[in-house]
Amino acid sequence: MIVRISNEGQYRLDDALHGRLNELDDAAVTAVEAGNEDGFHEAFEELLDVVRKQGEPVGDDDLAASDVILPPADLSFVEAGEEFTGDGLIPEPA
Amino acid sequence: MPGMGGRMSTVIKAKISRLLDRAEDPGETLDYSYQKQLESLQNVKKGIADVVTAKKRLQMQSQKLEQSVVKLDTQARQALSSGNEDLARVALERKNVAQNELQSLDQQVTELEAQQEKLTDSEAKLRGKIEAFRTKKEVMKAQYSAAEAQVRISEAATGVGEEMADVGLAMQRAADKTEQMRARADAVSELEAAGTFDDLTQLGSGQDDIDRQLAELSSTSQVDDELAKMKAELGSGSGGGDSKQLEEGQGA
Repeated sequence: MIVRISNEGQYRLDDALHGRLNELDDAAVTAVEAGNEDGFHEAFEELLDVVRKQGEPVGDDDLAASDVILPPADLSFVEAGEEFTGDGLIPEPA
Repeated sequence: MPGMGGRMSTVIKAKISRLLDRAEDPGETLDYSYQKQLESLQNVKKGIADVVTAKKRLQMQSQKLEQSVVKLDTQARQALSSGNEDLARVALERKNVAQNELQSLDQQVTELEAQQEKLTDSEAKLRGKIEAFRTKKEVMKAQYSAAEAQVRISEAATGVGEEMADVGLAMQRAADKTEQMRARADAVSELEAAGTFDDLTQLGSGQDDIDRQLAELSSTSQVDDELAKMKAELGSGSGGGDSKQLEEGQGA
């Protein structure tokens, strides 16, 4: 699975990580819906961290499209309200 | 990917599909995509230049404010040593405002520097992808049937398109931030134009409108503390005779 962090780049991740990403994504949605800004930042940063640390950066000569596009790391809580809704950014496992 | 949420990815996908819908013929799609990619790279360069210009303007303003802080501090000392505590207070209030502005300007300059770095990174990434696309373009033209080429072009163009959309987003964010900073810089210019940081010795006696507003703006306790510190410094410097003199000056 290829995940892009906006304004940072693309990472290739093991599909097995999908569950973990989905958990953090749902946590971010829950925090946004509850108006819990700290909770949102915690979940969102953890989400980005998993992608950065567990993923392999995709080379510049690779033209593959991303499966998931995450917002930039400096996303504000207000902007988060427009992004993290419903199922969040990571699709629920089928 | 079906079911994928998020406004950002929806916007990016829409942009890419608009790009690909323009042309039917694979050769045409290739050339059109490549041309769009080069245009987008030019835009990124312009975006970086805008950020640099905004940063330079803020840095110049910051230097001017630094000078004002030093000048107002000196004037406060002079006023105090000649027994004019009211004038010293006004000078310190203005210094306080200038210092707060200076702090926020410096922070903005740092933010703009980060934006500039990010955009420069994005430009390098996009350039790499465009170069890869150019190489693949020739291979596709030579090796594949029209139908197969169409599929592969689609894939490759989507990859580059996503990178372009991402750079576009970075530029939008940089532009928004630059705009906010411009508004803030204009506000400081207005304060300057109103004479807030001007030479205090040219002020008449008594408080004017600006002073009253400044007194509200700047933290009174901070000014009081600074005034007390300055008094102590001046007092110890000239043998303690000053404090009496200052009280007289205040009463006059």
